Amino acid sequence: MLKLEKRPQPSRLWTWVTPLLAVVITMLAGGALFAALGKDPVEAIATIFWQPLFGEFAFYYRPQLLIKGAPLILIAIGLSLGFRAGIWNIGAEGQYIVGALTGAGVGLAFYPTESVLIFPLMVLAGALGGWAWAMIPAVLKLRFGTNEILVSLMLVYVAEQLLAAMALGPMKNPEGMGFPGSRNLRQYESAHNAELITGTGMHWGVVAAFIAVIFAYVLLTRHSLGYHIRLTGQAPRAARFAGVRPARLVLVCLGTAGALAGLAGMFEVSGPAGQVSIDFNVGYGFTAIIVAFLGRLHPLGILLAGLLMALTYIGGEIAQSNMGLPAAAIQLFQGMLLFFLLAVDVLTNYRIRLARREVA
Amino acid sequence: MDMGSISPELLLASLMVAATPILLAALGELVVERAGVLNLGVEGMMITGAICGFAVAVNSGSPAIGFVAAAGGGAVLALLFALLTQVALANQVASGLALTLFGLGLSSLLGQGYVGIKPPPVAKLDIPLLGDIPFLGRVLFSHDLMVYLGLALVGLIWWVLKYSRAGLILRAVGENHDAAHALGYKVVRIRVMAILFGGACAGLGGAYISLIRVPQWTEGMTAGAGWIALALVVFASWKAGRVLLGAWLFGGVTVLQLNLQAAGFAIPVEYLSMSPYLITILVLVIMAGDKSRAPASLGRIFHASQ
Repeated sequence: MLKLEKRPQPSRLWTWVTPLLAVVITMLAGGALFAALGKDPVEAIATIFWQPLFGEFAFYYRPQLLIKGAPLILIAIGLSLGFRAGIWNIGAEGQYIVGALTGAGVGLAFYPTESVLIFPLMVLAGALGGWAWAMIPAVLKLRFGTNEILVSLMLVYVAEQLLAAMALGPMKNPEGMGFPGSRNLRQYESAHNAELITGTGMHWGVVAAFIAVIFAYVLLTRHSLGYHIRLTGQAPRAARFAGVRPARLVLVCLGTAGALAGLAGMFEVSGPAGQVSIDFNVGYGFTAIIVAFLGRLHPLGILLAGLLMALTYIGGEIAQSNMGLPAAAIQLFQGMLLFFLLAVDVLTNYRIRLARREVA
Repeated sequence: MDMGSISPELLLASLMVAATPILLAALGELVVERAGVLNLGVEGMMITGAICGFAVAVNSGSPAIGFVAAAGGGAVLALLFALLTQVALANQVASGLALTLFGLGLSSLLGQGYVGIKPPPVAKLDIPLLGDIPFLGRVLFSHDLMVYLGLALVGLIWWVLKYSRAGLILRAVGENHDAAHALGYKVVRIRVMAILFGGACAGLGGAYISLIRVPQWTEGMTAGAGWIALALVVFASWKAGRVLLGAWLFGGVTVLQLNLQAAGFAIPVEYLSMSPYLITILVLVIMAGDKSRAPASLGRIFHASQ
C-alpha cells in the first residue's frame, strides 16, 4: 500500500523536475488522444513541437514564437504575483480586453493626426484600462469582502460584451462599409506597434514582456514587497505578525496583474491583431494561468513556459492545416498539461512510501 | 418599443426554465462545499454534460438517455478533480480552474459534427386539471420533467442535510475534517462521493441548456452559467432553500433582459447581455458580509497522517 509522507520542505529538485515530467506525460497522453482521432501520434507531436522551430518553414514560424509568447508571459508574470500570495485573479482575459479597448480608443481618438507621442499615450491608456478593470475585484474585496475569483471572472463576460458593443458601435470604422470592427491600426503609423527588427517578431510587447520578467525577478528576490508576497503565500499568519498589510498586497497584486494584462491587450490590438473586432480575444488570459503554474510562478520559469505554450499554439495551427487536427484538440492538449502538472506536483511536497496497512 | 408585448405569465413560466440549469449545478456544488471541498470546475463539468447529453440524445433519439449520459459525463470529469485534490492533494482552486479549461477543450472536441443539429424534443408534462388553472397552470404546471426534478432535489438535499445521518456526517467532514477523521469517518471517501454527485448535477444542468433551453449545441454555450452557480452557493449561505430563491432571481434577470432585447428596448443588446453578470457581482457584494455559514474546512487540504 502506498502512502504519502509530507516533506518538511518542498523538494528543490522535484520543483523543477515536475514541470518537465508533466510535459512528457502530456505528450504521451496527447499522442494517445491524437491516435484516437485517427492521426499518427508521432507525426502530430513532431509537428507541434519540432516543425515551428526546425522545420522547413521555421523562418516564418520562429518570429511567431515571440508574438504569441509575449502576451502570455506578460499576463502570467502579473498573475504569478497574486497566485503566490493566495490572491486569485482569474479575470486576466477581461483586463486584457479592456486594456486593448482603452489603448485602441486613445489611438483612434487621435486619428489621423501623426505624432510620436500617440503610441506612448496608448501604452499608458492600455495599462491604466487593465489596472482599472482589475481594481474592481480588488476594491470590492477590500471594502465588502467579496470573492475576487468570482468577481474577476464575471467581469470577463462583461468585458466581452463591452468589446462587442465597441466593435459594433463607437469604435466601428466609419469607412468600413458597415462591417463590424475598428479602423486598422496597422495602417495608422503613429499608433502601429510595428516590428522593431524585421523578420524577428520583436515588437514593443515583447520588449515589455522581457522587462516584466526582469522586474518580477528583482522584486521577488531582492525587494521587501516581494518577500511579503512570498511570506503571505507560505504563512499568512506569520506574515500578519511580521507587519504585512494584506490590503496593500491585494491592491498591488491585482493592480499589477491588471496593468500587465492591459498592456498585453494594447500591444496585441495595435500590432498583431491590428483592430478592435468582436473576436479579438483568443483566450490568452486563461492560457496564461497554465503558463504561470507551469513556470512554477517563477519569472524565469514563466518565460520558458510562455515560449513552450506559444509553441503549442503555433504547432497546433500547423497540425491543423497539414494534418487536419481539430483546433479543439490543441485546446484540450493545453488543458491536460495543467492537469498533469497539478497531479505530479504531489511529488514536490510529499514522499511516496510503501507502508504496511494500519488502523487509520 | 412595446412593453405591452411582454406577458407576465410567459415571463414567469420561462423564468422557471431559465433558472433550472443553474439551480441543478448550484445544488450539486452546495453538497460539495458542505463536504468541505471547493470545486471551481462547475463550468467545465456543465459544458461537458451539455455535449455528452446532446450527443447521446441525438444518437439514441432519447433525451432521457441523454440526461443520464450528461450526469455520467459530469461525474467522470468530477472524478478527475477528486483524484487531483483528494489523492494527489493538489490545490483546489488551481485544480478547479484546470477542470474548467480542460472541460471547455474537451467539449468543443466532442462537439464537432454536432453544430447545427436539432436534438430530439423533450415532451412537456401535461398535468391534467392543474395545468388548466388560469395563470398558475401555465406558470407552474406546464413544464418538462427536469424542472420538477430540480425542485424535488432542493427538498431532498435540504432534508438530507438537515435531518439524516448521512447529512450529519457530510457536514461534520466539511466543518472539521480532522475531528471527523478521528471519529472514524472516511473523509476522503465521503468527499469523493460528494464531488461525484456535484459533477453529475452540473452535467444535468449543462444538458438542460443544450437539450431544452436553447436547444442546440454551440461551443462555450454555458457562457458562465457554472460560475453563476458558484456565486449562487455563496448567495444562498450554503442553504438549499435559498439556492432556489437565488436561481429564480437569476432566471428572472436573464429572462427579463432577453425580453427587453426582443421588445427593442432602447439600449444596445450587448449592454443588456451584461446584466446577469453585473447582478451576480452586485449580489456577491450584498451577501459578502454573511460568511459565518461557510463550512469551516472549505478548500483546506486533508492529509490523514498530519
